[in-house]
Amino acid sequence: MSASPFTVTPLVRRNMRRELAARIVLGAMVAAMVLPLLAIIAYLVAKGAPLISLKFLTTNPTHGMREGGIWSALLGTIYLVVIALAVSAPIGVLCAVYLNEYAKDNWLTRIINLAVVNLAGVPSIVHALFGLGAFVLFAGIGRSILAASLTLAIMTLPVIIASTKEALAAVPMSFREACWNVGASRWQTIWSIVLPNSLSGILTGVILQVSRTAGETAPIMFTGAVFFKKIQPGTLFAYSLTDQCMALSMHLYTVTTQVTNAPEPLPYAIALVLLGAVLAVNAASIIVRSLLRSRKKW
Amino acid sequence: MTASQTDNLKRPRMARSTAAIFGERIIELLIRLCGVSAIVFVFGIFLFVLREGAPLIGKLDWTKVLFSQEWYPTSKGNVRYGVGALIVGTLSVTGLAMLFAVPFGIGAAVFVSEFSTGKVKETLKIVIEMLAAIPSIVWGFIGLSVMNRLIQEYLPAPVGLNLLNGAILLALMSVPIIVSIGEDALKAVPDSYREAAMAMGATRWQTVYRVLFPAARNGLLAAALLGVGRAIGETMAVLMATGHAVNIPKSIFDPIRTLTATIAAELGETAVGSDHYRMLFLIGVLLFSITFVVNLLADLAVRGVRKQ
Amino acid sequence: MVNNQPKISVENLRLSYGHREVLHGLSFSVAPKEILGVIGPAQSGKTSLLRCLNRTIDFVSNAFVSGSIRIDGEDVLRTSDVHTLRRKVGMVSPLPVGLPLSVYDNVAFAPRCAGIKNRDELDARVERCLRQAALWDEVKDRLHTLGTKLSGGQQQRLTIARALSHDPEILCLDEFSIAIDPVTTMRIEDVLKELKSHMTILLVTNLVQQARRLADRTMFLWNGEIVELDRTEAIFSNQPRDKRTYDYIHGLFG
Ligand SMILES: Nc1ncnc2c1ncn2[C@@H]1O[C@H](COP(=O)(O)OP(=O)(O)O)[C@@H](O)[C@H]1O
Ligand SMILES: [Mg+2]
Repeated sequence: MSASPFTVTPLVRRNMRRELAARIVLGAMVAAMVLPLLAIIAYLVAKGAPLISLKFLTTNPTHGMREGGIWSALLGTIYLVVIALAVSAPIGVLCAVYLNEYAKDNWLTRIINLAVVNLAGVPSIVHALFGLGAFVLFAGIGRSILAASLTLAIMTLPVIIASTKEALAAVPMSFREACWNVGASRWQTIWSIVLPNSLSGILTGVILQVSRTAGETAPIMFTGAVFFKKIQPGTLFAYSLTDQCMALSMHLYTVTTQVTNAPEPLPYAIALVLLGAVLAVNAASIIVRSLLRSRKKW
Repeated sequence: MTASQTDNLKRPRMARSTAAIFGERIIELLIRLCGVSAIVFVFGIFLFVLREGAPLIGKLDWTKVLFSQEWYPTSKGNVRYGVGALIVGTLSVTGLAMLFAVPFGIGAAVFVSEFSTGKVKETLKIVIEMLAAIPSIVWGFIGLSVMNRLIQEYLPAPVGLNLLNGAILLALMSVPIIVSIGEDALKAVPDSYREAAMAMGATRWQTVYRVLFPAARNGLLAAALLGVGRAIGETMAVLMATGHAVNIPKSIFDPIRTLTATIAAELGETAVGSDHYRMLFLIGVLLFSITFVVNLLADLAVRGVRKQ
Repeated sequence: MVNNQPKISVENLRLSYGHREVLHGLSFSVAPKEILGVIGPAQSGKTSLLRCLNRTIDFVSNAFVSGSIRIDGEDVLRTSDVHTLRRKVGMVSPLPVGLPLSVYDNVAFAPRCAGIKNRDELDARVERCLRQAALWDEVKDRLHTLGTKLSGGQQQRLTIARALSHDPEILCLDEFSIAIDPVTTMRIEDVLKELKSHMTILLVTNLVQQARRLADRTMFLWNGEIVELDRTEAIFSNQPRDKRTYDYIHGLFG
């Protein structure tokens, strides 16, 4: 260029205009995602919040689900989430340990990785079909909390594997080598150095799956969730593993599509409880992550 | 005796207990089992879904099934299982959703990765995570209650539950995936590329457009494909928002029905072992196969990124 | 019993990563309580050689080793108990590695892995090893702070203490001074002179003068081959047998 680099030539001005335009357009695209989120939350709060009270949370639905609370659905969701993750977290973590710490770079490893990727992409309704075919019918468990939880467990497995793998890979290789050099076995190294130092990442991944599991509807529809079930209030152990249960997500579906002339704020309140629980769990995972990150040991 | 041998004898013998070594063997066996479990589950899903549907395969005229739009599974005299309209429904709502989600998702990924720093970036990432966390049933409810009314009021649409409604929901649901994978892809481009472009006087946008897009092409493609996979497999939101009419849409305001929604809506009403029941499982096999291919392609694209 | 049996004897050792051979048939032996210096330019296979000695080469999935390595007559490449082997061979890596554990746990790590649980024994061992590594005085009041928070030089001595904690009979040091200051380097060199009285030491070093100061014999490794292995004085004399040795030592290389 012949002009001095500090003069504002028409070309430079045009570039600057474009830069600004790009920034504005891209920013608008981000806003197009952020605003719906805020709008949805605000709208649900405005419509549903007045109905929510401790009593709403802790009483069973009554009068064909048009009145009363959501206790049986809330407790059902807790059962499903806890059991599903109690199954998938250990399997997922161990699978990630295998892939990151034991697997050699060979065809078996490649196939496992491919399987994980594809498992993550299986549609939730196909998981539902699988749960029905495998757990409910073939294994003879019947429609129950157990069958639904196992279905959810398999659905969350690939995501837990992926997030755990990432957490394990963040532990420097030099730590492992130092352990091997002093005669520690692979497992001793993993147990005393690798797992403790990737715990925050592993936990974050698992917690995120709590919110995903709580929100799922399709996989539990045909494997264990029912429209309505009355349970004994005031105890956390009102369901047993072989019972069918209500669930928040399913309850929202029922109230909006199956129940005629339910009071208008009711579905909003259910949606708000579900969304609130999910976002609270997410926030918790973010807090865990930043807390543990600030206590990083190296 | 030599000095070194006495040394050897005096030295306390280090040995782990047999129980500890045995325990370690067990846990390592368990780790290996869990390692291959992923393969078992993927095959298991395919086999069990196929197993329920298989007895019907021989009984169907497949050209009719795939291309006819006559889905009358419960008709008294003349049962017809044409999934043509359902396939078109799935493809149209996914396609329309991607028309919104891909540009917006990649634009947002660029903004997060290249045009924002520090607190803004952190906050945006958290917001995207939150957006990804909204359950599909809540999206479906939004579609049924809010979008339904908005569309009827402000757009020349006869019904509010239609292709457009479902597509907007699907777009919002798949955008977070596209943003996070797309951002990873952009982040994977070495900083030296950016510095080289900037040193030559390129603006940030020129750098994005001329350097980063070509360099991150595969990763961005993978992001879009994973978005597609998410949209094809989505069930509850489209079930509630698209109007649930077996119909080849002629405009974006027509109601439609997807493969996933059909299974969700009808499986509860079929008798185990009936033809209708088996047909729904075969639709499941079809869905599994489609998403399998899409995810395989996405994985190949991502692999391309790593090789670079 | 033969006392003049070599501590380590290596015969025709070949190592390849994938299809690329990086050690081309090394043969040498090391006498008990000898310090063997190993010098050579980067990428010549020094680290790879050490990895074969303690079998951590097993963790490199595409590595293939042939030939034989014997320690006290026992075949290293075929031993069934690699963990005991690794406890017999202490290893200090180029960059200091404090494990993300307390200073105490860093040193007690190996004994614990080996099954020692007795608190008094561990205490005694930790103190002894930290003293041997010339670190005790600096850390005795903060044994429970994180090892990763020590300075680089301290972490390298911590690494040495850890390598001593499992009573090795052979100590391998891989360019230990690469990331630490000269003062600490000299202190560690003094430590090595002390340790020489009860163990065999393999000193891989990037500083040729360090080999000259410490080693009884010195090996010049170049591109995966032993160019020369002789008494240190002979190597550093003005007429080594091979001209490449002279060039390397006098910095005339490449
Ligand atoms: N894990 C590995 N995979 C493949 N090649 C390797 C690996 N480690 C080292 N090498 C190669 O082996 C040769 C010797 O390396 P190394 O033993 O580290 O040499 P030095 O320690 O003398 O610098 C080098 O050419 C290096 O590139
Ligand atoms: Mg080296």
